[in-house]
Amino acid sequence: MSQTVFAPWENPTEKPLIQFKNVTKRFGDFTAIDDLTQDIFAREFFALLGPSGCGKTTMMRMLAGFEAPTQGQIFIAGQDMAKIPPNKRAVNMMFQSYALFPHLSVWENIAFGLKREGKDKDTIAARVEEMLRLTRLSKFAKRKPHQISGGQRQRVALARSLAKAPKLLLLDEPLGALDKKLRQDTQFELMDIQEKTGTTFVIVTHDQEEAMTVASRVAVMDEGQIIQVATPAQIYEAPNSVYVADFIGDVNIISGRAKPNGEKVATQWAEGQPDIIGTTATKFDAGQEIHFAIRPEKVAISTEEPQDAANRVRGRVLDIAYLGNISTYHVELPTGHVIKAQTANTRRLSRRQITWEDPVWLSWTDTAGVLLER
Amino acid sequence: MKRFSWFNATSLTLGFAFLYVPMIILVIYSFNASKLVTVWAGFSTQWYGELIRNEEFLNAAWVTIKVAVMSSTIATVLGTMAAYVLVRAGRFSGRTLFSGMIYAPLVMPEVITGLSLLLLFIGIGLDRGVLTIVLAHTTFSMCYVSVVVSSRLVSFDKSLEEAALDLGCSPFEAFRLVTLPIIAPAVISGWLLAFTLSLDDLVIASFTTGPSATTLPIKIFSAVRLGVSPEINALSTIMIAIVTVGVITASLITKQAAVRQARDERMAERPA
Repeated sequence: MSQTVFAPWENPTEKPLIQFKNVTKRFGDFTAIDDLTQDIFAREFFALLGPSGCGKTTMMRMLAGFEAPTQGQIFIAGQDMAKIPPNKRAVNMMFQSYALFPHLSVWENIAFGLKREGKDKDTIAARVEEMLRLTRLSKFAKRKPHQISGGQRQRVALARSLAKAPKLLLLDEPLGALDKKLRQDTQFELMDIQEKTGTTFVIVTHDQEEAMTVASRVAVMDEGQIIQVATPAQIYEAPNSVYVADFIGDVNIISGRAKPNGEKVATQWAEGQPDIIGTTATKFDAGQEIHFAIRPEKVAISTEEPQDAANRVRGRVLDIAYLGNISTYHVELPTGHVIKAQTANTRRLSRRQITWEDPVWLSWTDTAGVLLER
Repeated sequence: MKRFSWFNATSLTLGFAFLYVPMIILVIYSFNASKLVTVWAGFSTQWYGELIRNEEFLNAAWVTIKVAVMSSTIATVLGTMAAYVLVRAGRFSGRTLFSGMIYAPLVMPEVITGLSLLLLFIGIGLDRGVLTIVLAHTTFSMCYVSVVVSSRLVSFDKSLEEAALDLGCSPFEAFRLVTLPIIAPAVISGWLLAFTLSLDDLVIASFTTGPSATTLPIKIFSAVRLGVSPEINALSTIMIAIVTVGVITASLITKQAAVRQARDERMAERPA
């Protein structure tokens, strides 16, 4: 059975759940969000990714209602949110500090929002039990927040924010405090919960791996603007700028001048070196400044000169980073450029053929890299 | 561990003697059998007995407690509100002026506070009595409450309030259901402080009182002018006891609860 791919952003008839329309937010002289327009669709797991101070938290706080835009409008389900206070929004937030109420038990923390809605006792009890089951906290219902572990607290925070079945759940760096193993488990748990509940999630994170793992779409932000919005695969394989390519994962960037030739573009990058041949859909003018970006795992490394590669350069091994599953070779070219090449260590205990100071060949196909204007 | 030194021991003894010898003498003489205050004639609790039968003193005690309860309660409400606004409102123009003005009565000479209040009450034609003392005590004790409460609020994680709003609380509900329970120890110790201050105030009370309302400190002061009696010693001993208990309780509540709550809150947050 084939599954339809979830991509409402490609369907022009789909109505977005959240719309940012030319939103600007200033704090005094500082512009946190700069004329930002963006749609987010129902049931999406939307990640806002960027370095600290890029405005991602401000975007989230505006959705929650803790900050008001200086200019522009925010719509949730078609409603202008300008005059709606946080307590009147069908939006809940999981706070970075968790913000659990220290004087209330786990049960009371989760029931807090439901009690505010004035639901009857049985409904509240049933819903809290459901949330406790969902987050596997049933055993800890009577404990106070200081009597449970960090991971459990994080799940209480999640259960509390999900209890009211919000249309939209905001997660502010939700997993930052957990150690790596627990964080990975929780990421899959989050995706699972998101699928089960059908809630739209917007997550703020500075951890690119986390964004790539959980999100249906990732928005890479810098200085109050969204640089690129795309699926994790598109962001990784087809970044629209050097900034995005560099922010997500590891990348080699070689700058030069464009020499278009039909579908192919040659990049002149150094005297006496063959041009780098790449494929692109974008038009480049001859002599235009161009940046060739290629991921290390797409660069092959060998001791013999490869015969059929579209691009090949000679170099000398500068450094080797062994990471268990993969090894990264830092290869210095005669021009002084250092290119990273990655190989998977598929064979156990095989003797390494290439070592420090070895002369090697690097090669890649003409579709392995992307050509970027900026 | 510091070594014992005669110099330290002596200065400590002198210091404490300076502070407490007068009070200890007063307490001892309150158990004196003799009517002459300065002549010891054996242990007796008769002056405490006579105190209980003394209508005037009992009335004064009743007025004092009424005034203290009312003024400290009003002061706690107002002081907490002031502290909340000053800590939470962020930077509004005149903020420094406002906080300065709230704390100024701490250092204002009591005589001036008392006199200004007296002039105000005469000016607006308010009959002096219990009500005016309550108002006066509220005025000067609310700044103490405000100091205690605001020092607690400064360390209060604001995202707790945001979480309450996010979960559907109005701002007032967020305060009542989240902020207040968490800062309660500071509010209670502020109340106890205000209560104690009101209990032993003489200067401001004597400016703002009328013939119908005589508080204990006023009563004692006027009685002493006719000569110290063992009854006064007994009464003072009781007051020392009450004030001591009040202050110690207040500081214990503040300290212990603050430590515990700070820990709880830290624990309720994500691990660092």
